[in-house]
Amino acid sequence: MSDPLVTLVFYGIAAVTIVAAIGVVSLRNIYRAALCLVLTFLGVAGVYILLNADFVAVMQVLIYAGAVTTMLLFAIMLTRSPGSPRSNAANRQSGLALFAVLVLVVLLVLALGTAVWPQTAPVAAQSSVDVLAKQLFTTYALPFEIASVLLLAAMVGAIILARED
Amino acid sequence: MGQEFYLTGYFYAAVFLAVGAVVVLGGLIASLLLAPRGHKTREKLRAYESGEEPVGTAWVQFPVRFYIFALLFVVFDVEAIFLFAWATRFGQLGVVGLVEMAIFILVLVAGLVYAWRKGVLKWT
Amino acid sequence: MLTLTLNHFLVLGAILFCVGLYGALAKGHAVAVLMGIELMLNSVNITLVGFARFLAPDQLLGQVFAVFVITAAAAEAAVGLAIVLVVYRQRRTVNVEEVDLLKW
Repeated sequence: MSDPLVTLVFYGIAAVTIVAAIGVVSLRNIYRAALCLVLTFLGVAGVYILLNADFVAVMQVLIYAGAVTTMLLFAIMLTRSPGSPRSNAANRQSGLALFAVLVLVVLLVLALGTAVWPQTAPVAAQSSVDVLAKQLFTTYALPFEIASVLLLAAMVGAIILARED
Repeated sequence: MGQEFYLTGYFYAAVFLAVGAVVVLGGLIASLLLAPRGHKTREKLRAYESGEEPVGTAWVQFPVRFYIFALLFVVFDVEAIFLFAWATRFGQLGVVGLVEMAIFILVLVAGLVYAWRKGVLKWT
Repeated sequence: MLTLTLNHFLVLGAILFCVGLYGALAKGHAVAVLMGIELMLNSVNITLVGFARFLAPDQLLGQVFAVFVITAAAAEAAVGLAIVLVVYRQRRTVNVEEVDLLKW
């Protein structure tokens, strides 16, 4: 990945993603915050494509930007208190939360500054879906089946919770 | 898939995305520049001009029933993704892959049957 | 600066994680808290896929892990939002500060 154009694209996508993520936590209206979240998800999908992870990118777009956001928006619409423009307000511990996040930033900067990663040979940009599918259905077949049980449990649990009696 | 094709293919997709954004934004900006101003009377600002008068605000609470359909959509969206991964290697995975996928789908269909039996799919 | 390295992606993941953590800790609306958690899960996925790309590109373990993280996140969002709906039905509020009792 030595192409300067690719690096430039990465910086563009990263900037959009970070700005949208800040919008998620700072916009006053929670509906707009959720729409910013869609933009963040799409930016992260772009980052996956740059990392040769096109299958994960497709998953990101279909599941996160498509399905999970739909559910979030439904939940916002279903629990709306009438006429509150500041629906995405901060709570009482927001100052403390900001302090904790700043501490984490310092820790992460220190960790990233001192970390040494092993050098590996550069790999060519190519699709990963073939290798990934092979891994999913051979080595990781059991986690794959357990994922279906997890989804079943989530489906039944959420139906029991959300059903109108 | 050839490695030259990988990023150029997504470059074309990005060009399509950019053209689509320009068309939408261009339409909005053109209407902003060209539309006459100063006619924002009460009639003009109604949701449906010379149509049905809207009742109440758009910020009403929707019935919870919608949520269960969104939930089922999410679960079967995840299933579709895994079906896609399976389909790309259908030939090499053979019977073993078919059995794995069948178990996966059957487990999820059990959830659908549960939702059906509980009557949450009925729209009354 | 003109060559993309692992650190680029790790820094992006770290920034997204911090923003998401702030959202999860400092928001009043329960759905906003869940949105912060989704941001954090996304940042972790970026790191996992980044490690897979730069440290072990032949096995793609990080990508397999990310696939399962996304699946688990979908299930988590489904149940989490259902809980928000139940709380709203019982208490007529979604503000996490007003729902601070385990039993009532």
